[in-house]
Parts: sequence; C-alpha cells; structure tokens
Amino acid sequence: MRLLTLAGLWLASVGVAAQGNEGSVISPKEQPVSGYRFLTPETRALQDDAFANPGYLWVAAGAKAYQTSHGSGSCVSCHGERGMVGVASRYPRFDEEAQTLLNLEGRINACRTKHQELSALAYESEELLALSSYVAEQSRGLRTQVNVSAEAAPWLEAGEEYFFQRRGQLNLACHQCHDQSWGKMLRGDRLSQGQPNAFPAYRLEWQSLGSLHRRLQNCETGVRAEPQALGSRAYLELELYLVWRSQGLALESPGVRR
Amino acid sequence: MKTILWAVLMLIGASADAEVNPQIFGDAIVAPLTERPASAATGEHLFVSRDSGHCVLCHRVQGLDAPFQGDIGPELSDVGDRLSPGQLRLRIVDSSILNAQTIMPPYYRRENLHRVANAFEGETVLTALQIEHLVSYLSQRRSGVP
Ligand code: HEC
Ligand code: HEC
Repeated sequence: MRLLTLAGLWLASVGVAAQGNEGSVISPKEQPVSGYRFLTPETRALQDDAFANPGYLWVAAGAKAYQTSHGSGSCVSCHGERGMVGVASRYPRFDEEAQTLLNLEGRINACRTKHQELSALAYESEELLALSSYVAEQSRGLRTQVNVSAEAAPWLEAGEEYFFQRRGQLNLACHQCHDQSWGKMLRGDRLSQGQPNAFPAYRLEWQSLGSLHRRLQNCETGVRAEPQALGSRAYLELELYLVWRSQGLALESPGVRR
Repeated sequence: MKTILWAVLMLIGASADAEVNPQIFGDAIVAPLTERPASAATGEHLFVSRDSGHCVLCHRVQGLDAPFQGDIGPELSDVGDRLSPGQLRLRIVDSSILNAQTIMPPYYRRENLHRVANAFEGETVLTALQIEHLVSYLSQRRSGVP
C-alpha cells in the first residue's frame, strides 16, 4: 500500500504532460504509467484505503470462496493459504495441457473443471469476479511479467495487430487514444495509457467490480464498434499484448477507476 | 489524386440521403451536401450535443457553453479565419482524405470501416444537413466575432 502511494507521488512529480514540445508522445511501452496517475486525489485515496475501497468486498467474497470445499476439495486444499502470491503477474499464460492461452479467469475455471469437478463460472459472474480479484490482490504491488515466446508469440502478435486496427463507426484504434493521445483531454477524461494493471477493478461508472474484458467492451462501444465477447480469443490476445506492453508496472487490483 | 478520385466515387455511392453529389476540388468540397437551409445555431447545438456531433470531445471553442472541452484536435475558436466553408466541409466529411493517419473520425462515410456496431451499420455518423449546420456554425467562428 505504502509502495503504491510512493509510486503515485513520484509520478505526480513527473507531471501529467505526456506531450513533448513538438507534440511527440512518450511511448507507453518504454515508460508505462498506471491509470492511477490520471485519477483525482479522492479516487486515488479510495483505491489506497483497503477499508474504503469497494473492490475489497469482492476480494473478501473471493477469500471465502477460496476456502469453500465442494466435496472435491477447495482451492486452499491444493494451493495453501497464501499460495496465490505472484500468480496474477504471470498471466495470461499459454497452457500446455489446454493448448490455449489462459488468463486468470480462464485458469480459475480450468481448476474448477479439471480438479474440482465443477462447472466453469460465467465471465463477469459475481463468483468469478470474487475469485479473480482475490487471487489478483495477492500480487498487489508486484510487477507484471508475462512469457510471450514460443506458443504465446502468435497470440501477442494478433493482440498487437488488434491494438492498431481502426474500428467502429468513429474509425479509431486503441493506439490512437492510448499511445498517441494519452495525457490529452477527451472531453472531461484525461486519457491514460490504457494499462491493464488495475483489473479486476471497481469502476464508479459501473458501481461494481468488473474485468478487463468488460472495460475493453466499453472502449469499443465508445467508438461504435461491435464489441467482442467477454473471454473471447480476440480479447485474450489483446490482454496478452496489453500486459506485455505494461511490463514493469505494479499490479493494483482491486483498482478504483472512474 | 488517386485517393481523392476514390473518395469522390465513394461519396457518390454513399450519399443516398444527400441531394447533391459532393465533389472535391483541392482540399475542399465546395458545394453544400444538401440544398436545405443550414443554421449556425443548430450547428452549435450539434457541436456540443453528446448524442450527435459531440465535437467538444476533442475540440475547444472559446465562449461555448460546454464544460470540459477536449484538446485532442486543434482549437476551433477562430477556424473560420483559416478555413473556407468548403474546406470545413471536407474535413468533417472525411479528414483522412487529407491525412491518412488522422484521429478525426469521418462523419460522412460508410465504406471502409471495420466492425461497425450493428446499430450503426451502413449509416453515416451525421446527416448531410447536420454537416451543413456545423459548417455554418464553424465558418462564423472568427477572431473578433463573439
Ligand atoms: C476514443 C478514445 C478511445 C479508444 C479508441 C480506446 N479507448 Fe480505452 N479508454 C478511453 C477512455 C476515455 C478511458 C478512461 C480514461 C482512461 O483511463 O484513459 C479508457 C480506459 C481504458 C482502459 C482502463 C485503464 C485504467 O487504468 O483504468 C484500458 C485497459 C483501455 N482503455 C484499453 C483500450 C483498448 C485495448 C482499446 C482498443 C480496443 C481502447 N482502449 C480504445 C478511450 C479510448
Ligand atoms: C476523436 C477526436 C476528434 C473528434 C471527435 C473531432 N475531431 Fe476534428 N480534428 C481532430 C484532429 C486530431 C484534427 C487535426 C487534423 C488531423 O489530425 O488530420 C482535427 C481537425 C479538425 C478541423 C480542421 C481544423 C484546422 O485548423 O485545420 C475541423 C474543422 C474539425 N476538426 C472539425 C470537427 C467537427 C465539426 C467535429 C464534430 C462533428 C470534430 N472535428 C470531431 C480530432 C477530432
């Protein structure tokens, strides 16, 4: 918690301005800046205070679900009390057994179906949000690092392509808002770099905690594009690209965002 | 030249509700997209309104009654000093004709878009008349004119 506050202060001293004098923009890949930096002091304080941060309601529910035995064992019976520390910082990750890329939500569901004889939880269901935010919270303050070589490489490449592809009736790419225009004002919003490190996050606009994929759907709807399905291959590819692009940023889940 | 020719063909193909086929001369569409009369006051409303033009997402105009105007595009307070109505029209219709990398959305184009939401499929963002209202409003934004 203290670490995050310090990081916030350091960034504040760097200044909000992302644009150089000639309109050149610092590349988020070279110098990733958390969305935290673009929040009001009140919203930052909300995120930093575990008692006030509403995201911790989901974390607490997740802690309970983590302990619950379903006959076929509980999460804790395999992984131990603090067994999830550092896990979230390695996801998404290519899974040899499933022969597909899994994000944290996908990994949790794989455990349920493979080891617990339970059905997969629906994306954005309260129970999956609780479990994923509980697991992510244990990596709070740790830096993201993902493996993008071997089988993960084509996923990264596709995600990067997605990021640069214009879409929707307004014909805008993620790249144009979050690489080229971060630091500028889009109406009342100061554009951040579109970093994924706060998620699952509590959004004031949602009045709820939500996944990164739900946030991506919001950006796509904003440019009047047909959004992809939650948990879809397209969003998994994009998530891998975003996390790789955010390399070195500390995880903040449960973050608080506007 | 090729892009401009392509753009003209595209616009003709797309302008089912336009009463005149827009033609590009240099960096301008000189003729109005419709002969129906345009209103600067309606243009100002469209410039601000979240449900239509919402140009204040990216542009500032001094004295405009709208909180939180964006700064992704250039300020347009005196844009009438530097651009003619025809030049304004082209930039609103499709700025990518002049700058392929532009961030400015194309407000009167249906073709060459990717994954448009079903609700907007096959439609332009603004109608011909709405664009004329905006052209009328912006050509009156001049230095020294309140
Ligand atoms: C028209 C501009 C625009 C486009 C295009 C856009 N976004 Fe965003 N995005 C925003 C705004 C505004 C926000 C909320 C404020 C902020 O954090 O920048 C946001 C927030 C985000 C966030 C949350 C950041 C945080 O810290 O809370 C992520 C992640 C994100 N965008 C990713 C993307 C991706 C990936 C795409 C392409 C599929 C995309 N965005 C396209 C405007 C855009
Ligand atoms: C997502 C951002 C965005 C939105 C929304 C937007 N613009 Fe722009 N606009 C720009 C940018 C960026 C430029 C700079 C030229 C370029 O990049 O090609 C520009 C340029 C212009 C220009 C030319 C100004 C000059 O000095 O050359 C006009 C006129 C204009 N916009 C009008 C409008 C109108 C009218 C609307 C709404 C119907 C609108 N814009 C919506 C981003 C935007």
